[in-house]
Amino acid sequence: MSKVRVLVGTKKGAFVLTSDGKREQWEVSGPHFAGWEIYHVKGSPVDPNRLYASQSSGWFGQIIQRSNDGGTTWEQMGNKFLYDGVPGTHQWYDGTPHPWEFKRVWHLEPSLTDVETVYAGVEDAALFRSADGGKNWEELSGLRGHGSGPHWAPGAGGMCLHTIILDPSDAERMYIAISAAGAFRTDDGGRTWKPINQGLRSEHTPDPTAEVGHCVHHIAMHPSRPGTLFMQKHWDVMRSDNAGDLWQEVSGNLPTDFGFAIDVHAHEPETIFVVPIKSDSEHYPPDGKLRVYRSKTGGNEWEALTKGLPQKDCYVNVLRDAMAVDSLDSCGVYFGTTGGQVYASPDAGNSWAPIVRDLPAVLSVEVQTLS
Amino acid sequence: MIRVVLPAHLRTLAGVSGEVSLEVVGDVTQRSVLDALEARYPMLCGTIRDHGTLQRRAFLRFFACTEDLSRESPDALLPEAVARGTEPFLVIGAVAGG
Repeated sequence: MSKVRVLVGTKKGAFVLTSDGKREQWEVSGPHFAGWEIYHVKGSPVDPNRLYASQSSGWFGQIIQRSNDGGTTWEQMGNKFLYDGVPGTHQWYDGTPHPWEFKRVWHLEPSLTDVETVYAGVEDAALFRSADGGKNWEELSGLRGHGSGPHWAPGAGGMCLHTIILDPSDAERMYIAISAAGAFRTDDGGRTWKPINQGLRSEHTPDPTAEVGHCVHHIAMHPSRPGTLFMQKHWDVMRSDNAGDLWQEVSGNLPTDFGFAIDVHAHEPETIFVVPIKSDSEHYPPDGKLRVYRSKTGGNEWEALTKGLPQKDCYVNVLRDAMAVDSLDSCGVYFGTTGGQVYASPDAGNSWAPIVRDLPAVLSVEVQTLS
Repeated sequence: MIRVVLPAHLRTLAGVSGEVSLEVVGDVTQRSVLDALEARYPMLCGTIRDHGTLQRRAFLRFFACTEDLSRESPDALLPEAVARGTEPFLVIGAVAGG
Protein backbone atom coordinates (compact mmCIF):
# COMPACT_ATOMS: atom_id res chain seq x y z
CA MET A 1 0.00 0.00 0.00
CA SER A 2 1.40 3.36 -0.95
CA LYS A 3 1.86 6.07 1.60
CA VAL A 4 2.33 9.81 1.37
CA ARG A 5 4.47 11.93 3.66
CA VAL A 6 4.12 15.70 3.51
CA LEU A 7 6.99 17.71 4.96
CA VAL A 8 5.92 21.15 6.10
CA GLY A 9 8.21 23.97 7.15
CA THR A 10 6.61 26.81 9.10
CA LYS A 11 7.56 30.00 10.89
CA LYS A 12 7.56 28.13 14.21
CA GLY A 13 8.60 24.56 13.50
CA ALA A 14 8.35 21.60 11.16
CA PHE A 15 5.44 19.22 10.79
CA VAL A 16 5.24 15.80 9.17
CA LEU A 17 1.84 14.80 7.79
CA THR A 18 1.27 11.20 6.76
CA SER A 19 -1.51 9.32 5.05
CA ASP A 20 -2.12 6.16 3.08
CA GLY A 21 -2.61 6.32 -0.67
CA LYS A 22 -6.23 7.34 -0.33
CA ARG A 23 -5.08 10.64 1.18
CA GLU A 24 -8.23 11.01 3.26
CA GLN A 25 -7.06 10.42 6.84
CA TRP A 26 -3.92 12.20 8.04
CA GLU A 27 -1.65 11.95 11.04
CA VAL A 28 0.16 15.09 12.12
CA SER A 29 3.54 14.99 13.83
CA GLY A 30 5.16 18.10 15.24
CA PRO A 31 6.15 20.72 15.87
CA HIS A 32 9.71 19.59 15.37
CA PHE A 33 12.26 22.29 16.31
CA ALA A 34 9.49 24.25 17.99
CA GLY A 35 9.82 27.99 17.80
CA TRP A 36 12.38 28.01 14.97
CA GLU A 37 11.78 29.06 11.39
CA ILE A 38 11.92 26.01 9.16
CA TYR A 39 12.48 27.29 5.67
CA HIS A 40 12.63 23.88 4.05
CA VAL A 41 12.47 20.14 4.69
CA LYS A 42 13.19 17.67 1.93
CA GLY A 43 13.79 13.94 1.60
CA SER A 44 16.40 12.10 -0.40
CA PRO A 45 15.16 10.37 -3.56
CA VAL A 46 17.77 7.68 -2.88
CA ASP A 47 16.62 6.93 0.67
CA PRO A 48 13.25 8.49 1.51
CA ASN A 49 13.90 8.12 5.22
CA ARG A 50 16.85 10.50 4.92
CA LEU A 51 15.44 13.98 5.46
CA TYR A 52 17.21 17.31 5.67
CA ALA A 53 15.77 20.38 7.39
CA SER A 54 16.85 24.00 7.44
CA GLN A 55 16.24 25.42 10.92
CA SER A 56 17.01 29.09 11.45
CA SER A 57 16.46 32.00 13.77
CA GLY A 58 17.15 35.68 13.72
CA TRP A 59 18.71 35.25 17.16
CA PHE A 60 20.73 32.09 16.80
CA GLY A 61 21.45 31.73 13.09
CA GLN A 62 21.42 28.60 11.01
CA ILE A 63 21.08 24.96 12.04
CA ILE A 64 20.92 21.97 9.71
CA GLN A 65 19.04 18.90 10.91
CA ARG A 66 19.05 15.42 9.45
CA SER A 67 16.78 12.46 10.02
CA ASN A 68 17.48 8.86 9.05
CA ASP A 69 14.06 7.56 10.01
CA GLY A 70 11.61 9.70 8.09
CA GLY A 71 11.41 12.48 10.63
CA THR A 72 10.89 10.53 13.86
CA THR A 73 14.30 11.49 15.24
CA TRP A 74 16.77 14.15 14.14
CA GLU A 75 20.45 14.95 14.57
CA GLN A 76 22.12 18.29 14.23
CA MET A 77 24.58 18.54 11.35
CA GLY A 78 27.12 21.17 10.32
CA ASN A 79 26.15 24.81 10.08
CA LYS A 80 29.38 26.33 8.85
CA PHE A 81 28.50 28.12 5.65
CA LEU A 82 31.56 30.14 4.77
CA TYR A 83 31.84 31.84 1.41
CA ASP A 84 34.81 30.82 -0.66
CA GLY A 85 37.60 33.40 -0.49
CA VAL A 86 36.86 37.07 0.05
CA PRO A 87 33.12 37.30 -0.48
CA GLY A 88 33.09 40.83 -1.87
CA THR A 89 29.95 42.89 -2.36
CA HIS A 90 26.60 42.80 -4.11
CA GLN A 91 24.20 45.68 -4.60
CA TRP A 92 22.08 46.83 -1.70
CA TYR A 93 18.51 48.08 -2.16
CA ASP A 94 19.77 51.60 -2.84
CA GLY A 95 22.35 50.41 -5.37
CA THR A 96 25.34 50.83 -3.09
CA PRO A 97 27.82 47.97 -2.59
CA HIS A 98 26.94 45.73 0.36
CA PRO A 99 29.09 42.95 1.79
CA TRP A 100 28.01 39.40 1.14
CA GLU A 101 26.70 38.07 4.47
CA PHE A 102 25.35 34.60 5.18
CA LYS A 103 21.88 34.71 6.75
CA ARG A 104 20.08 31.41 6.25
CA VAL A 105 19.45 28.37 4.10
CA TRP A 106 16.31 28.73 2.03
CA HIS A 107 16.32 25.45 0.16
CA LEU A 108 17.89 22.01 0.53
CA GLU A 109 18.08 19.75 -2.52
CA PRO A 110 19.26 16.19 -1.92
CA SER A 111 21.15 14.51 -4.75
CA LEU A 112 19.23 12.25 -7.10
CA THR A 113 21.90 9.55 -6.89
CA ASP A 114 23.94 9.88 -3.70
CA VAL A 115 22.29 9.88 -0.30
CA GLU A 116 25.20 11.74 1.28
CA THR A 117 25.21 14.63 -1.20
CA VAL A 118 22.90 17.57 -0.65
CA TYR A 119 22.85 21.12 -2.02
CA ALA A 120 21.89 24.24 -0.08
CA GLY A 121 20.66 27.51 -1.53
CA VAL A 122 21.39 30.34 0.85
CA GLU A 123 20.87 34.04 1.54
CA ASP A 124 22.96 36.07 0.63
CA ALA A 125 22.75 34.16 -2.60
CA ALA A 126 25.17 31.30 -3.01
CA LEU A 127 25.10 27.56 -3.59
CA PHE A 128 26.72 25.14 -1.17
CA ARG A 129 27.21 21.38 -1.38
CA SER A 130 27.77 18.77 1.28
CA ALA A 131 29.16 15.38 0.28
CA ASP A 132 28.95 13.90 3.78
CA GLY A 133 25.28 14.11 4.63
CA GLY A 134 25.32 17.69 5.84
CA LYS A 135 28.32 17.65 8.15
CA ASN A 136 30.54 19.89 6.05
CA TRP A 137 29.59 22.47 3.44
CA GLU A 138 31.57 23.86 0.54
CA GLU A 139 30.52 26.73 -1.67
CA LEU A 140 30.24 26.16 -5.42
CA SER A 141 31.73 29.57 -5.90
CA GLY A 142 31.69 29.54 -9.68
CA LEU A 143 28.14 30.84 -9.40
CA ARG A 144 28.97 34.01 -7.48
CA GLY A 145 32.19 34.22 -9.47
CA HIS A 146 30.46 34.12 -12.79
CA GLY A 147 30.99 37.87 -13.08
CA SER A 148 27.60 39.42 -12.49
CA GLY A 149 27.59 38.84 -8.72
CA PRO A 150 28.47 42.44 -7.79
CA HIS A 151 25.33 43.54 -9.67
CA TRP A 152 22.90 41.20 -7.93
CA ALA A 153 20.43 42.89 -5.61
CA PRO A 154 17.99 41.52 -3.03
CA GLY A 155 14.26 41.24 -3.47
CA ALA A 156 12.02 42.30 -0.62
CA GLY A 157 12.50 38.92 1.03
CA GLY A 158 16.27 39.10 0.88
CA MET A 159 18.82 38.00 -1.71
CA CYS A 160 18.00 34.34 -1.57
CA LEU A 161 18.94 31.38 -3.70
CA HIS A 162 15.62 29.60 -3.39
CA THR A 163 15.39 27.14 -6.27
CA ILE A 164 17.71 24.23 -7.08
CA ILE A 165 16.75 21.80 -9.83
CA LEU A 166 18.90 18.77 -10.65
CA ASP A 167 18.61 17.37 -14.16
CA PRO A 168 17.84 13.63 -13.91
CA SER A 169 19.19 13.01 -17.41
CA ASP A 170 22.48 14.87 -17.01
CA ALA A 171 24.41 14.75 -13.75
CA GLU A 172 26.42 17.80 -14.77
CA ARG A 173 23.42 20.05 -15.35
CA MET A 174 21.70 22.03 -12.65
CA TYR A 175 19.43 25.08 -12.53
CA ILE A 176 19.18 27.62 -9.73
CA ALA A 177 17.22 30.82 -9.23
CA ILE A 178 17.93 33.88 -7.14
CA SER A 179 15.66 36.70 -6.08
CA ALA A 180 16.34 39.21 -7.56
CA ALA A 181 19.19 38.18 -9.84
CA GLY A 182 17.47 35.61 -12.03
CA ALA A 183 18.01 32.05 -13.22
CA PHE A 184 21.36 30.37 -13.88
CA ARG A 185 22.44 27.03 -15.32
CA THR A 186 25.55 24.95 -15.02
CA ASP A 187 26.48 22.25 -17.52
CA ASP A 188 29.64 21.17 -15.76
CA GLY A 189 28.53 20.14 -12.30
CA GLY A 190 28.63 23.60 -10.79
CA ARG A 191 32.06 24.80 -11.83
CA THR A 192 30.80 27.43 -14.27
CA TRP A 193 27.42 29.06 -14.67
CA LYS A 194 25.54 31.13 -17.20
CA PRO A 195 22.57 33.39 -16.65
CA ILE A 196 19.48 32.07 -18.44
CA ASN A 197 17.19 35.07 -18.41
CA GLN A 198 16.72 35.86 -22.08
CA GLY A 199 13.06 36.51 -22.80
CA LEU A 200 12.27 37.72 -19.29
CA ARG A 201 10.97 41.28 -18.95
CA SER A 202 10.99 43.05 -15.59
CA GLU A 203 9.27 46.35 -16.15
CA HIS A 204 10.02 47.74 -12.72
CA THR A 205 13.77 47.69 -13.35
CA PRO A 206 15.97 50.20 -15.20
CA ASP A 207 16.74 47.68 -17.95
CA PRO A 208 13.74 45.37 -18.32
CA THR A 209 15.64 42.82 -20.40
CA ALA A 210 18.96 42.89 -18.55
CA GLU A 211 21.07 39.75 -18.38
CA VAL A 212 20.59 39.66 -14.59
CA GLY A 213 18.32 41.50 -12.18
CA HIS A 214 15.07 39.56 -12.60
CA CYS A 215 13.02 38.58 -9.59
CA VAL A 216 12.43 34.91 -10.33
CA HIS A 217 10.12 33.47 -7.69
CA HIS A 218 10.24 29.78 -8.53
CA ILE A 219 10.99 27.29 -11.31
CA ALA A 220 9.56 23.81 -11.84
CA MET A 221 10.54 20.97 -14.14
CA HIS A 222 9.05 17.60 -15.00
CA PRO A 223 11.70 14.89 -14.73
CA SER A 224 10.73 13.35 -18.07
CA ARG A 225 11.38 16.66 -19.87
CA PRO A 226 14.38 18.22 -18.21
CA GLY A 227 14.79 20.81 -20.96
CA THR A 228 11.37 22.30 -20.32
CA LEU A 229 11.14 24.72 -17.42
CA PHE A 230 8.19 26.61 -15.99
CA MET A 231 8.77 29.81 -14.07
CA GLN A 232 6.68 31.98 -11.79
CA LYS A 233 8.41 35.32 -11.99
CA HIS A 234 7.57 38.29 -9.76
CA TRP A 235 5.11 39.17 -12.49
CA ASP A 236 4.62 36.77 -15.44
CA VAL A 237 4.42 33.02 -15.77
CA MET A 238 7.05 31.83 -18.24
CA ARG A 239 8.23 28.66 -19.94
CA SER A 240 11.37 27.60 -21.70
CA ASP A 241 11.77 24.60 -23.99
CA ASN A 242 15.52 24.89 -24.40
CA ALA A 243 16.86 24.57 -20.86
CA GLY A 244 16.37 28.22 -20.09
CA ASP A 245 18.15 29.66 -23.11
CA LEU A 246 14.98 31.50 -24.08
CA TRP A 247 11.78 32.11 -22.17
CA GLN A 248 8.29 32.94 -23.41
CA GLU A 249 5.36 34.23 -21.43
CA VAL A 250 2.45 31.82 -20.85
CA SER A 251 0.39 33.87 -18.41
CA GLY A 252 -2.56 33.75 -20.81
CA ASN A 253 -5.91 34.21 -19.10
CA LEU A 254 -4.69 34.19 -15.48
CA PRO A 255 -6.50 36.81 -13.37
CA THR A 256 -3.08 38.10 -12.29
CA ASP A 257 0.31 36.78 -13.26
CA PHE A 258 1.95 37.68 -9.95
CA GLY A 259 2.57 34.76 -7.63
CA PHE A 260 5.17 32.61 -5.98
CA ALA A 261 4.46 28.88 -6.34
CA ILE A 262 4.47 26.80 -9.51
CA ASP A 263 4.58 23.04 -10.02
CA VAL A 264 4.11 20.35 -12.65
CA HIS A 265 1.74 17.36 -12.60
CA ALA A 266 3.61 14.13 -11.80
CA HIS A 267 2.42 12.29 -14.93
CA GLU A 268 1.44 15.04 -17.36
CA PRO A 269 4.43 17.22 -18.22
CA GLU A 270 2.23 19.88 -19.83
CA THR A 271 -0.09 20.21 -16.84
CA ILE A 272 1.05 22.94 -14.49
CA PHE A 273 -0.31 24.64 -11.39
CA VAL A 274 0.04 28.19 -10.06
CA VAL A 275 -1.63 30.22 -7.33
CA PRO A 276 -2.25 33.76 -8.61
CA ILE A 277 -1.66 36.48 -6.04
CA LYS A 278 -3.11 39.94 -6.51
CA SER A 279 0.06 42.00 -6.59
CA ASP A 280 3.50 42.54 -5.09
CA SER A 281 2.07 45.01 -2.59
CA GLU A 282 -0.98 42.89 -1.77
CA HIS A 283 0.22 39.40 -1.05
CA TYR A 284 -3.18 37.73 -1.12
CA PRO A 285 -5.46 36.18 -3.75
CA PRO A 286 -7.63 38.40 -5.97
CA ASP A 287 -11.17 39.04 -4.67
CA GLY A 288 -10.51 37.13 -1.44
CA LYS A 289 -10.86 33.83 -3.37
CA LEU A 290 -8.16 31.21 -2.99
CA ARG A 291 -7.86 29.62 -6.41
CA VAL A 292 -5.29 27.28 -7.86
CA TYR A 293 -5.04 27.67 -11.61
CA ARG A 294 -4.25 24.67 -13.77
CA SER A 295 -3.13 24.64 -17.36
CA LYS A 296 -3.20 21.36 -19.28
CA THR A 297 -1.53 22.98 -22.26
CA GLY A 298 1.72 24.03 -20.68
CA GLY A 299 0.46 27.55 -20.08
CA ASN A 300 -1.63 30.24 -21.79
CA GLU A 301 -4.96 28.48 -21.19
CA TRP A 302 -5.78 28.28 -17.50
CA GLU A 303 -8.76 27.03 -15.49
CA ALA A 304 -9.59 28.00 -11.92
CA LEU A 305 -9.73 25.17 -9.39
CA THR A 306 -11.95 26.18 -6.51
CA LYS A 307 -13.75 23.12 -5.13
CA GLY A 308 -12.98 22.90 -1.43
CA LEU A 309 -10.99 26.15 -1.31
CA PRO A 310 -12.31 29.28 0.43
CA GLN A 311 -14.03 31.54 -2.08
CA LYS A 312 -14.67 34.53 0.14
CA ASP A 313 -12.72 36.57 2.67
CA CYS A 314 -9.47 34.69 2.11
CA TYR A 315 -6.31 36.80 2.32
CA VAL A 316 -3.48 34.34 2.73
CA ASN A 317 -0.38 33.96 0.58
CA VAL A 318 1.23 30.83 -0.84
CA LEU A 319 5.01 31.10 -0.77
CA ARG A 320 7.42 29.90 -3.44
CA ASP A 321 8.43 26.56 -1.94
CA ALA A 322 4.99 25.79 -0.52
CA MET A 323 3.54 23.68 -3.35
CA ALA A 324 4.37 20.09 -4.26
CA VAL A 325 2.94 17.02 -5.98
CA ASP A 326 2.96 13.33 -5.16
CA SER A 327 3.45 10.63 -7.78
CA LEU A 328 0.49 8.37 -7.09
CA ASP A 329 -1.64 7.30 -10.05
CA SER A 330 -4.05 10.11 -9.45
CA CYS A 331 -1.55 12.90 -8.90
CA GLY A 332 -1.89 14.60 -5.53
CA VAL A 333 -1.26 18.33 -5.28
CA TYR A 334 -0.47 20.08 -2.01
CA PHE A 335 0.11 23.63 -0.90
CA GLY A 336 0.48 25.55 2.34
CA THR A 337 -0.57 29.08 3.18
CA THR A 338 0.67 31.88 5.36
CA GLY A 339 -2.56 31.36 7.31
CA GLY A 340 -1.34 27.93 8.41
CA GLN A 341 -3.52 25.73 6.22
CA VAL A 342 -2.13 22.84 4.21
CA TYR A 343 -4.51 21.84 1.43
CA ALA A 344 -4.40 18.55 -0.45
CA SER A 345 -6.03 17.50 -3.67
CA PRO A 346 -5.98 13.74 -4.41
CA ASP A 347 -7.32 14.30 -7.94
CA ALA A 348 -4.86 16.66 -9.62
CA GLY A 349 -6.57 19.78 -8.37
CA ASN A 350 -10.21 18.98 -9.11
CA SER A 351 -11.11 19.04 -5.43
CA TRP A 352 -9.34 20.17 -2.28
CA ALA A 353 -9.54 19.64 1.45
CA PRO A 354 -7.39 20.95 4.27
CA ILE A 355 -5.10 18.43 5.95
CA VAL A 356 -4.53 20.93 8.76
CA ARG A 357 -5.97 24.39 9.26
CA ASP A 358 -4.09 26.05 12.07
CA LEU A 359 -0.35 25.63 11.73
CA PRO A 360 2.00 28.60 11.95
CA ALA A 361 2.55 30.39 8.64
CA VAL A 362 3.70 27.79 6.11
CA LEU A 363 7.06 28.44 4.44
CA SER A 364 7.49 25.21 2.49
CA VAL A 365 5.76 21.99 1.50
CA GLU A 366 7.41 18.91 0.07
CA VAL A 367 5.83 15.52 -0.61
CA GLN A 368 7.24 12.02 -0.57
CA THR A 369 5.43 9.11 -2.19
CA LEU A 370 6.39 5.99 -0.29
CA SER A 371 5.82 2.37 -1.26
CA MET B 1 33.75 26.53 37.69
CA ILE B 2 32.28 29.17 35.43
CA ARG B 3 28.51 29.31 35.36
CA VAL B 4 26.76 30.15 32.06
CA VAL B 5 23.06 30.80 31.58
CA LEU B 6 21.77 30.19 28.05
CA PRO B 7 18.49 31.16 26.36
CA ALA B 8 15.89 28.41 26.16
CA HIS B 9 16.45 27.55 22.48
CA LEU B 10 20.18 27.09 23.05
CA ARG B 11 19.55 24.94 26.11
CA THR B 12 17.38 22.74 23.89
CA LEU B 13 20.11 22.48 21.26
CA ALA B 14 22.71 21.66 23.90
CA GLY B 15 20.41 19.21 25.66
CA VAL B 16 20.73 20.89 29.05
CA SER B 17 18.00 22.04 31.36
CA GLY B 18 19.66 24.57 33.60
CA GLU B 19 22.89 26.47 34.01
CA VAL B 20 26.03 25.15 32.37
CA SER B 21 29.21 24.81 34.44
CA LEU B 22 32.51 25.06 32.61
CA GLU B 23 36.15 24.64 33.45
CA VAL B 24 38.07 27.56 31.95
CA VAL B 25 41.84 27.49 31.88
CA GLY B 26 43.68 30.79 32.20
CA ASP B 27 42.07 34.21 32.07
CA VAL B 28 38.29 34.23 32.29
CA THR B 29 37.14 36.35 29.35
CA GLN B 30 34.19 36.27 26.96
CA ARG B 31 36.40 34.50 24.45
CA SER B 32 37.71 31.86 26.82
CA VAL B 33 34.25 31.17 28.23
CA LEU B 34 32.68 30.88 24.78
CA ASP B 35 35.57 28.75 23.55
CA ALA B 36 35.02 26.38 26.48
CA LEU B 37 31.26 26.40 25.93
CA GLU B 38 31.59 25.55 22.24
CA ALA B 39 34.21 22.89 22.94
CA ARG B 40 31.87 21.12 25.32
CA TYR B 41 28.72 21.78 23.28
CA PRO B 42 29.82 21.91 19.63
CA MET B 43 26.20 22.10 18.53
CA LEU B 44 26.25 25.71 19.76
CA CYS B 45 28.99 26.75 17.32
CA GLY B 46 27.68 29.54 15.15
CA THR B 47 24.63 30.20 17.30
CA ILE B 48 26.15 32.76 19.69
CA ARG B 49 28.95 34.15 17.56
CA ASP B 50 29.55 34.05 13.84
CA HIS B 51 31.59 31.11 12.56
CA GLY B 52 33.92 33.22 10.49
CA THR B 53 34.32 36.52 12.34
CA LEU B 54 33.56 35.25 15.88
CA GLN B 55 31.49 38.41 16.33
CA ARG B 56 28.57 38.22 18.75
CA ARG B 57 25.33 37.66 16.86
CA ALA B 58 23.35 40.87 16.55
CA PHE B 59 20.30 39.86 18.60
CA LEU B 60 22.27 38.50 21.55
CA ARG B 61 23.89 40.31 24.45
CA PHE B 62 26.18 39.29 27.28
CA PHE B 63 25.53 40.29 30.90
CA ALA B 64 27.12 39.55 34.27
CA CYS B 65 26.72 41.12 37.70
CA THR B 66 23.96 43.37 36.26
CA GLU B 67 26.42 44.87 33.78
CA ASP B 68 26.01 44.79 30.00
CA LEU B 69 29.31 43.41 28.74
CA SER B 70 28.23 43.08 25.12
CA ARG B 71 30.49 45.82 23.84
CA GLU B 72 33.51 44.88 25.92
CA SER B 73 36.52 43.40 24.19
CA PRO B 74 36.20 39.60 23.94
CA ASP B 75 39.58 39.45 25.65
CA ALA B 76 38.68 41.72 28.60
CA LEU B 77 38.57 39.98 31.94
CA LEU B 78 35.08 39.14 33.14
CA PRO B 79 34.07 40.30 36.64
CA GLU B 80 35.80 38.51 39.49
CA ALA B 81 32.48 37.10 40.70
CA VAL B 82 32.07 35.29 37.36
CA ALA B 83 35.63 33.96 37.55
CA ARG B 84 34.95 32.71 41.09
CA GLY B 85 31.67 31.11 40.03
CA THR B 86 29.51 33.11 42.40
CA GLU B 87 27.75 34.91 39.56
CA PRO B 88 26.77 33.50 36.12
CA PHE B 89 27.70 34.78 32.68
CA LEU B 90 24.40 35.43 30.92
CA VAL B 91 23.72 35.01 27.19
CA ILE B 92 20.48 36.86 26.55
CA GLY B 93 18.37 37.08 23.40
CA ALA B 94 16.54 40.23 22.35
CA VAL B 95 13.00 40.36 23.67
CA ALA B 96 10.46 39.60 20.97
CA GLY B 97 6.77 39.12 20.77
CA GLY B 98 5.22 42.42 21.59
